[in-house]
Amino acid sequence: MLSGILLFNQKGENLIFRQFRNDCRPRLSDVFRIQVISNAQVRSPILTLGSTTFSHVKHENIYLVAITKSNANAALVFEFLYRLIALGRSYFGKFDEEAVKNNFVLIYELLDEILDFGYPQNTETDTLKMYITTEGVKSERAMEDSSRITMQATGALSWRRADVKYRKNEAFVDVIEDVNLLMSATGTVLKEDVTGQIVMRAYLSGVPECKFGLNDRLLLDDSGLSRSNGNKSGSKATRAAAGSVTLEDCQFHQCVKLGKFDTDRTISFIPPDGEFELMRYRATENVNLPFKVHVIVNEVGKTKVEYQIAVRANYGAKLFATNVVVKVPTPLNTATTHVRTSQGKAKYEPAENNIVWRIPRFTGQSEYVLSADAVLTAMTNQKAWSRPPVSLNFSLLMFTSSGLLVRYLKVFEKSNYSSVKWVRYMTRAGSYEIRF
Amino acid sequence: MAMTLGKDVSALFPDVLKNIATPDLDQKKLVYLYLMNYAKSHPDLCILAVNTFVQDSEDPNPLVRALAIRTMGCIRVDKMVDYMEEPLRKTLKDESPYVRKTAAICVAKLFDLNPQLCLENGFLEQLQEMIADSNPMVVANSVTALAEIQHSAPETGALSVSPPVLKKLLLALNECTEWGRITILTQLAEYKTSDLKEMEHICERVVPQFQHVNPSVVISAIKVVFAHMKGMNYDVVKTYMRKMAPPLVTLLSSAPEVQYVALRNINLLLQKQPDILSKEMRVFFCKYNDPPYVKLEKLEIMIRIANDSNVDQLLMELKEYALEVDMDFVRRAVKAIGQCAIKIESAKDKCVNVLMDLINTKVNYVVQEAIVVIKDILRKYPGYEGIIPQLCQSLDELDEPEARGSLIWIVGEYAEKINNADEILTTFIEGLDEEETQVQLQLLTACVKLFLKKPQTQALVQKVLQNVTTKSDNPDLRDRAFIYWRLLSNDPALAKTIVLADKPPITSTIKSLPPGLLEQLLAEISTLASVYHKPPETFLGHGRTGADALQKRALEEAQQNARENPIQAAAAVTGGKVTNMENLLDIDFDGGAPASASTPSNDPFGMGGTTPDSAEASRVASPISGLSANPGGVQQPANNLDDLLGVFGGDGSVQNGSGAAGSDMDILGGGFGGMNLETTSPPPGQQGKPQMKNEDIMSLF
Repeated sequence: MLSGILLFNQKGENLIFRQFRNDCRPRLSDVFRIQVISNAQVRSPILTLGSTTFSHVKHENIYLVAITKSNANAALVFEFLYRLIALGRSYFGKFDEEAVKNNFVLIYELLDEILDFGYPQNTETDTLKMYITTEGVKSERAMEDSSRITMQATGALSWRRADVKYRKNEAFVDVIEDVNLLMSATGTVLKEDVTGQIVMRAYLSGVPECKFGLNDRLLLDDSGLSRSNGNKSGSKATRAAAGSVTLEDCQFHQCVKLGKFDTDRTISFIPPDGEFELMRYRATENVNLPFKVHVIVNEVGKTKVEYQIAVRANYGAKLFATNVVVKVPTPLNTATTHVRTSQGKAKYEPAENNIVWRIPRFTGQSEYVLSADAVLTAMTNQKAWSRPPVSLNFSLLMFTSSGLLVRYLKVFEKSNYSSVKWVRYMTRAGSYEIRF
Repeated sequence: MAMTLGKDVSALFPDVLKNIATPDLDQKKLVYLYLMNYAKSHPDLCILAVNTFVQDSEDPNPLVRALAIRTMGCIRVDKMVDYMEEPLRKTLKDESPYVRKTAAICVAKLFDLNPQLCLENGFLEQLQEMIADSNPMVVANSVTALAEIQHSAPETGALSVSPPVLKKLLLALNECTEWGRITILTQLAEYKTSDLKEMEHICERVVPQFQHVNPSVVISAIKVVFAHMKGMNYDVVKTYMRKMAPPLVTLLSSAPEVQYVALRNINLLLQKQPDILSKEMRVFFCKYNDPPYVKLEKLEIMIRIANDSNVDQLLMELKEYALEVDMDFVRRAVKAIGQCAIKIESAKDKCVNVLMDLINTKVNYVVQEAIVVIKDILRKYPGYEGIIPQLCQSLDELDEPEARGSLIWIVGEYAEKINNADEILTTFIEGLDEEETQVQLQLLTACVKLFLKKPQTQALVQKVLQNVTTKSDNPDLRDRAFIYWRLLSNDPALAKTIVLADKPPITSTIKSLPPGLLEQLLAEISTLASVYHKPPETFLGHGRTGADALQKRALEEAQQNARENPIQAAAAVTGGKVTNMENLLDIDFDGGAPASASTPSNDPFGMGGTTPDSAEASRVASPISGLSANPGGVQQPANNLDDLLGVFGGDGSVQNGSGAAGSDMDILGGGFGGMNLETTSPPPGQQGKPQMKNEDIMSLF
């Protein structure tokens, strides 16, 4: 298993060196610095030198490195590193060089707690925050509680304390979808899918048992809606009209009883206190694309490129998207650009080789146009321009690309209190790319 | 901070030690951290801390108890070990599960330090009992510790999963933390059972884990189901495969590094079950911002799942990639187009069209790669001679030996259809001395072919043979020229039957792992071995022993292969041997043992891996398959054998091996088979290979 965890800054200075096994020698940090950080060639995240394997992840301006000497579980190693990042972010807000330098004692303490002899232990942020604290994260509980804390840290319900009390019992559900699109130059959709997450903020007293329902097609099928009709494609259309979605796959927070989902597709769970990600899902059928983009690019000789880009909002006129950013790539040898837009502001950003067009508010059913030309300088190197795709960024409230809806959220608790539930929907751009 | 960064602050040891009895938990942790780092430099003073540790292990606060036992295990000083016994025994029975789970790991630490003590005190038995603990995390950690002990000392039999233990594991699976689940799933995957009911039961319990949010749990779960579904009937297997597909696809939306691991594993799974993801082509399309290592892996997988129905889509996409800027990626994409054509016959026309479009772009490296690929297509499908003139136009752009070799092969092979074949070859011959060996050999063969097809070019071939036999220092090249010369002067008719014989068709240019290795790797899913596609021994390196054992196994495998299917071995002759040879060589180099070790000393050419019967077979069969003039450097006839055929097809060791194989055979008969294979370096060059290989390993990852 893991022999050690190392943290480096961008310059290759070692910030944290924690060995868990005897075979992790300090000089390994030099090896990593020389072989990976100062070697521009290495781009694979896994590198074995001799019998030592370095697995690294880069986050902000630090490298997180796991050292193993055995045939370790590579997926676990990376997942653990990402969990460490998540922990760092929830403890320090931002997990970068400065945060590491300011909190190194705490980081050692955390590492000790989440890894023992190189084996990952409990990495639940909420539980850890109960007994590993900083000024930023104060625990009001006294030491006498520690036996209870440890019970929780290892218990079957490691994510929830039993004594939570709220005056007002509320649960917020956020459905956040990332819509991914890859469109070819001819306008055919090469790939479209939605990866969604349902984030819940539960402020509920006691140990509530929740049941959660979506307009999942399989579920609706099972619960009696099944119209046995031979024509499969026909029934698909009717279902889409009836407002059910097909989830290709979903994953749940560890609090969800997976066995139960497997047998009858009900999502039942005892939620952690506070915010957590209840589930993630993926949908590929009937994706509603919020924006249609038409791109026309002409290379005029070797000195000029002309752009005509039209973006049309495909959602209801009452909705509006915010922070729409269209990035239009320009050739590397662009000298100047002339841009006109019908809405928003566009600016050429030489560092990124992009024309960045920002539209703060994009009302539904409207269409905006950008026309631009880029003047190129002469180049000795006549390498063809690779034409990276145009990419879009946006966030759109009260809209789901997959058509997913929350049908119900039921809360059962011994004391039988009533609770208030709120649901929000949001669609964002994942990787929304249009080739030209 | 200075301490952990390698600055020596051990001088403060006595002062720090004084603070150990502090009631403040944070301070205590720091002191313990210091102790872990410097105990080794002051073993005597450590005794002073023992008392505190023992006291702390009885502290009312479970956090302190756990901290004490955790730290004690990390202080690797003999004296400390003696005092660990009592606290460890107590904490293993602690009322707090938090302490118990820490103590369980501590047993593994103790075993690492002093196995004897661990066994004598019955800690192993105690751990085995703890698998039945009521707390899932304690169960998981006990299993972890036992598995570690089992691994380091199999003779202890620390962890033997029996049906009752299995039941407990399955129970704990649904309740423990994600990391614990991985531990348990790993054990389940290794669990061997022949009981069909038990397998079904395991799969049933594990399948829900496909929905876990942690990708590494998902991969581990897939590993378990994959391992246990083998024995079941076809319909059940099919259902499981259907269930497996969506989670596999979802893995692609995780972080790039995790994606990479997942992709490498999907690659393995596809080699075993090619149709799991046949409908999911689109999800493997590369995003512009994917890191290069992910893109290359996605390409590999796309070719594997290509079939009649999705090949059009794939070709469109590949053409797009071929116009990007990243050179490695572009080359790989072009190669993929060729692999598509060879895999799917119905798509060959489209593939060739795409390739011709690419050649017209005139981008240097695209053209070169395209020519190499077209050579393979010509080998498989006759009837594309029409495009040859167009290929010859880009003659001047080729500067890589592989591309030049390929073009020369095409010219030689289709000499009768190319009017100015002699002119083209003449231009090459002018620079013959400066060419790479690979190109020289190809040129030699092409000239001979040209002569046999158009006898009026006699002057040319004579010039070449004259030139090579007198001037060349390269024994491979020179000897081949001599053989050709003798052949031509003695019996031109025979020369015709040999040099212009029908070539064995190639079936696939997609690299697959040998079945034995594949099975081994499938048992290693999600580990480093599965990422490297190499057995763990090859990169973990347990000194000479590891490498030696491997050698032995490789030898056995080679012999077994020859024994199992002598017919195939005979049919493919050099091919089969080459593969064995190459495995042998490669494995060896990975292990870091000297290359010479793999070859018996009485055999200068490294034929150690072949048994007499396969060598015999090769002699008998070689005139048939070995002799045909062979295509340009890359693809050896070895390609016939898709199963034996190399993971590393086309790289240095293959060529080397084949050269050696050739030299071992009869001069006239078999010689060509091996020698035509573009031996880049003469057999003695083997000594130089290990180094190159090692560098490969370094740079590959």
